[in-house]
Amino acid sequence: MTTPTYATLTHNGLWKNNPALVQLLGLCPLLAVSASVVNALGLAAATLFVLVSSNLCVSVVRNVVSDTIRLPVFVMIIAASVTAIELLMQAYTYELYQILGIFLPLITTNCIILGRADAFAAKNPVLPSIYDGFIMGVGFGAVLVVLGAIRELLGTGGLFANMQLLFGDGARQWHFIISADYPALLLAILPPGAFIVTGFLIAGKNAWDNAATRRSEATKAPVIAGTKRVRVTGKIS
Amino acid sequence: MKAAVAISRSALFLGIFAALAAALIAWTWATTKTDIERSIREAEARQLLEIFPANTHNNSLIDDRFTLEANTPLLELRSERSGYTVRIDETVVGVILPATARDGYSGDIELLVGVTADGEIAGARVVSHKETPGLGDGIDTRKSPWILSFDGRSLRSPLQPEWSVKKDGGAFDQFTGATVTPRAVVAAIRRTLEYQALHRDRLFEVDPTHNTAVETGP
Repeated sequence: MTTPTYATLTHNGLWKNNPALVQLLGLCPLLAVSASVVNALGLAAATLFVLVSSNLCVSVVRNVVSDTIRLPVFVMIIAASVTAIELLMQAYTYELYQILGIFLPLITTNCIILGRADAFAAKNPVLPSIYDGFIMGVGFGAVLVVLGAIRELLGTGGLFANMQLLFGDGARQWHFIISADYPALLLAILPPGAFIVTGFLIAGKNAWDNAATRRSEATKAPVIAGTKRVRVTGKIS
Repeated sequence: MKAAVAISRSALFLGIFAALAAALIAWTWATTKTDIERSIREAEARQLLEIFPANTHNNSLIDDRFTLEANTPLLELRSERSGYTVRIDETVVGVILPATARDGYSGDIELLVGVTADGEIAGARVVSHKETPGLGDGIDTRKSPWILSFDGRSLRSPLQPEWSVKKDGGAFDQFTGATVTPRAVVAAIRRTLEYQALHRDRLFEVDPTHNTAVETGP
């Protein structure tokens, strides 16, 4: 397998093969923690960190580890990175650590991470592997934050509440409320809201892709017979 | 024989990786240990200062603690927790007591209740809960100021029959669509006041044994 270019990796991670919208991996934390932007951002950052460090480590040891024990070794690497970030968050963003609760250790079981380790990092050099982990993490995080923003907006009528948990006291004013007497759409914050909004996001992405396919076909189509000469013999040097 | 060699090699590799992973975790743990302890202390101290602000006392609340056993009658704690003594110099002006409402809508609701020497509530806060977002979570100050309505209340005001939610004929609001949660919190706060009244002499005596780190500040 040849190593894909960075452009391909970017396109894959962010759009074509997006972990949350296309691979549908890691849905448990995605749905559980996306009730507000700050929670989504916290989990996104933690997942990103784990993805990058596990891809890095797996890629470094990829030629040393035999096939039979690769999965236990990968899981060990992932669990160690997760424990490390859990300790770091406990030390520096304690309140967010409390809010994310069980979903932080559960990153270990997030299929995206083992998936990228086995499908990509185990077969590719270190730098592309780091980049793949990074861009997959960004793709996952972007969906998580968009989902968090939509749910927070619909469910509370405001956006960016409690951002000081991540960015310090200065971020307290980032919270803005659209209307004080907004009748909160409770459904959006509850688990069913997560499924519904995710469904709409996936549908939206598919609709966009279909439209793009139609557009590119439309631009190719109007080649009327006889308007273009086609070279049928010879060879372009 | 060949298989045995392959298996031993794999086992050795796994062992080495386990040791490396353990070393990484041990190193992170050792470097973050003091910061984690500081974060936990700061979060705890912030909570205490919300109930008794800095200008109401001059001791360090977090250092002036005493232990309350699990299953203490009236407080109904699940496990051992700390209470805190609030002092101005040597005079005890209040206590902060932990309490558990075991009858929340979805699991336990952990509370901290500050009571002044007059038996009035200085402040009550929910420390942790699992109530339904948007319905029962109004007990959290981040979601609604509801719990501030307990400030200044005591067993004398309102009197016993009214220490319940309005739906049960009491003095305290419930939430639209959620009565169980506020009912549990009101009852737990009332029980804490009763505990305080019952043990008043012990809680408010100037006890040098749990007077470990009184700051005689300016």
